Amino acid sequence: MSDLWSLVFGRLTLDALPVLEIIHATNGRELASGIVGTTAAGLAVLGALYLVYALTKYHLWGPLWRDWLTSVDHKKIGIMYVVLALVMLARALAEAFVMRTQQALGDGGGGLVSNEHFAQLFSTHGTIMIFFMAMPFLTGLINYVMPLQIGSRDVAFPTMNSVSLGFTAAGAVLLMISLVLQPFSTGGWTGYPPFTEAAFNPGPGPDYWIWAVTLSGIGTTLSGINFVVTIYKFRCDGMKLMDMPLFCWTSLCTSILMIFALPPLTVATGLLALDRYLGFHMFTNDGGGNMMNFANLFWLFGHPEVYILILPAFGVYSEVFSTFSSKTLYGYTALVIATMCIAVLSFTVWVHHFFTMGQSANLNAIFGIATMLIGIPTGVKIYDWMLTMYRGRVRMAVPMVYAVAFLILFTIGGLSGILLANPSLDYVMHNTLFLVAHFHNMLIPGLLFGMLAGYTLWFPKAFGFILDPKWGYRAAYLWIAGFVFAFFPLYGLGILGMPRRMAEYFNGAWFPLTLVALLGAVMIIAAFACLCIQLYVSIKNREALAVPMGDPWDSRTLEWAVPAPAPEWNFPATPEVEGRDAFATLKEGGYDLRAPDDGYHDIEMPRNSALGPVLMVGSTAMAFGLVWYMWWLAALGAMVCFAATVACGFRRNTHRIVKAEDVKAEWEAFCALADTTPRIPRSLEQTTQNMGHASPASEEITS
Amino acid sequence: MKRLLPLFLLVLLFGGCEGRSSFLSPQGPIAAAQSQHFWYVVTVMMVVCLPVFIGVPWIILRYRYKHGRGDYSPRWHFSKPLEILVWGVPVLVVIALGIKLAHATMTLDPYKPLAGDAVEIQVIGYDWKWLFIYPEQGIATVGDLVFPADRPVSFRITSDTVMQSFFIPALGSQIYAMKGMETRLNLAATGVGEFLGENSQYSGDGFATQSFAVHAVSEEDFATWAESGKADGMPFDRTALEALQAQSTRSELLDTLGVSGESVVFTDAPPDLFTSVATDPSRMGAMQ
Repeated sequence: MSDLWSLVFGRLTLDALPVLEIIHATNGRELASGIVGTTAAGLAVLGALYLVYALTKYHLWGPLWRDWLTSVDHKKIGIMYVVLALVMLARALAEAFVMRTQQALGDGGGGLVSNEHFAQLFSTHGTIMIFFMAMPFLTGLINYVMPLQIGSRDVAFPTMNSVSLGFTAAGAVLLMISLVLQPFSTGGWTGYPPFTEAAFNPGPGPDYWIWAVTLSGIGTTLSGINFVVTIYKFRCDGMKLMDMPLFCWTSLCTSILMIFALPPLTVATGLLALDRYLGFHMFTNDGGGNMMNFANLFWLFGHPEVYILILPAFGVYSEVFSTFSSKTLYGYTALVIATMCIAVLSFTVWVHHFFTMGQSANLNAIFGIATMLIGIPTGVKIYDWMLTMYRGRVRMAVPMVYAVAFLILFTIGGLSGILLANPSLDYVMHNTLFLVAHFHNMLIPGLLFGMLAGYTLWFPKAFGFILDPKWGYRAAYLWIAGFVFAFFPLYGLGILGMPRRMAEYFNGAWFPLTLVALLGAVMIIAAFACLCIQLYVSIKNREALAVPMGDPWDSRTLEWAVPAPAPEWNFPATPEVEGRDAFATLKEGGYDLRAPDDGYHDIEMPRNSALGPVLMVGSTAMAFGLVWYMWWLAALGAMVCFAATVACGFRRNTHRIVKAEDVKAEWEAFCALADTTPRIPRSLEQTTQNMGHASPASEEITS
Repeated sequence: MKRLLPLFLLVLLFGGCEGRSSFLSPQGPIAAAQSQHFWYVVTVMMVVCLPVFIGVPWIILRYRYKHGRGDYSPRWHFSKPLEILVWGVPVLVVIALGIKLAHATMTLDPYKPLAGDAVEIQVIGYDWKWLFIYPEQGIATVGDLVFPADRPVSFRITSDTVMQSFFIPALGSQIYAMKGMETRLNLAATGVGEFLGENSQYSGDGFATQSFAVHAVSEEDFATWAESGKADGMPFDRTALEALQAQSTRSELLDTLGVSGESVVFTDAPPDLFTSVATDPSRMGAMQ
């Protein structure tokens, strides 16, 4: 390698291309592994090329830049987050499928991918699902929904919102690059040293992981700050904290957790980077390093993180149960208290991730009991949701299918969680597939079903038409069945003593259940395909599925009081509300469509800003330079980020005015449409007759 | 739970025949206590789980939108008795489970010596094999872990590489092995038998092969085995140590040493090897 090459490209050589694995293959399994890796990389490259081609062909670069990338509208940023989440979901699901196939074939050492490749797969799968699927999905939903629910025009810091998205996307881009310029880390999503230290893994893998996670962590911290300030300061008149929809409460708790939990992660990855780049000895085997400190820091983040993930889903479920039972939420106060309890307790249990590290029994017992305590507020929530359906009128629309499946499956996950909370039981189940089954049981029916329910629920608000229910049901049932088949066998395998992260094994007793799990994986892939078809079919039939009146589900909260898709300025005038279920109250009084009390006024909206996308490009370049030791690129990226941030501080012209008469025209057209659009009963909700004009359930149902 | 039941039956079936790798078919007192604890938790948890499993289908049927027969009260949102119930029952369950948890954590503490005259075995994790040193017998093995049945075994564990986890599922608890540190584990086997031992913490390319055969044998067989190992084994020399420290699977190691079969016995083991791996002078002070 010439000096010039290494000056420009650092340690990046042609060896980084996955096709090399094919060339160097010495047996069938390595060949297959190379083909899998090359195909994946090829798909990523082709996808990117096609995107560039399509954008060029249809002259969409301009609109993409003006209307989306530089937009600071919370709704558009929310949509971009969810798009990012769905794209990353597709990749991580494909990886999960390859891993399930490998384990089903891995009895006796066979299979599809090499051990090294398998390790990269579980590392990227975990990293993506947590940081680049779940986090963007929930951040996207909060972004879109929360400001509307509290009657605000935007989040507190719109440009910073776009910056958060930029950092998250930068991390995701880094992960996509690692598919083409390999390898990624083999240290799992937790990246435990000393395995990820330079002494054992000098290559670029752990560095990819460090920078991807760090970037997304910065983005998430900023999001948390943004949401908290928005909820504290931007609620409309009359909306007390205890009047907020429960989704706002869970958003608030999640955001508080984001602010406090992400810094330990950033510290942990930062210290690991110091070890790797500058020869420090924070977590090394020698020189006084101690990996236990990493485990503590990581899980000080990691445990609150699981509640960051689950709480917004709890918020979605609260909205879903109430809406589709035509009933106000049971036990609102209890649910708020339970949410806060969970948020606080989530910081007191991190040791349960390493009961087996050799600490004293007393310490383990205390953390075990603290872990069990979280079961109390969580249990209360489950019962409160059941009582919300009780004495209601339950409609099994698609979001409700997810929600009901969640109640049952999440309870099973809670049972396995309580089992694992016992240190003496954790000793035999830690690091086995039982643990893997447990956290997937919490995260799929808990988080992912919640996100999909939210996606189905709020899609019409964002795009003006409902998602095709037929394909929605198919997707939902396949997700549920697929989950059961893919993960219940893993409980069994864990009890049979099968460790996690095994590419191959030599114990015939494990084989049958891995095969069942593969069947489940096939069903989950089919479920995802149904979601894609659903999106395609719905876009195609968008005229028929349109709900311009904006309230397709006879919902109860403020975001449904405006047209679908929601106008840029959200509300013609900032609303004034009284009590909970603000929109339900308006509907019952017949005031849902009136003009603002004191007339229309000019609305001041934030101007677009290029800071977010510029920081995204700059930080991606910086991280990529650091991964491959292209120091000039790292410096350049850092300078771009710094310069852009400083330059942004000199902007003066940051707002623009939407004229009162434009607002008036748009709102009056909406009110006029209401006169010609019939109100429909709930039985027609999932038909093309639904125009988003609901007759309130309390009028319709009289028994 | 209904869905889980067949699974557990499967598990019991498998646990009984092949592999001997499940704590639910326990082969020792620790695993037996853990198995009993497992079913205790599952049973007590039914107090809070069954209402969900039964209640949810009942509610969505009775209060369904079309032809639902229950009464409809859209504003009903609070009931004091129910509130006491939904907080109170989980609290009681957690108290019941918490007492058991605290008790089990103390009694099944892996560091707590079991009653009786224990055999000491020192365990060192390498990439990707385990070295077992028998200080009293003056031998060491790779691949086979042999000890007398019905007698406590006291493991002192460390790692000469990345973190690993030493685990014999049929006997119970696992514990991490970390460089420059010593962890402890006390287990015992009830009766003679063969079990699967493994590393459960991913540690690199050869991770999946880092298992070992556990043989709980009679006291006489153990003595005979140790003596024959002492007499017929390989010397533990510099070559052997370097081969152990190199990244290799067990079978690659045995190839290097020119040994056929699945395991090797060394006629001696440096008495201070374990201590030198388990203590890192740069770590300042004792860290267990």
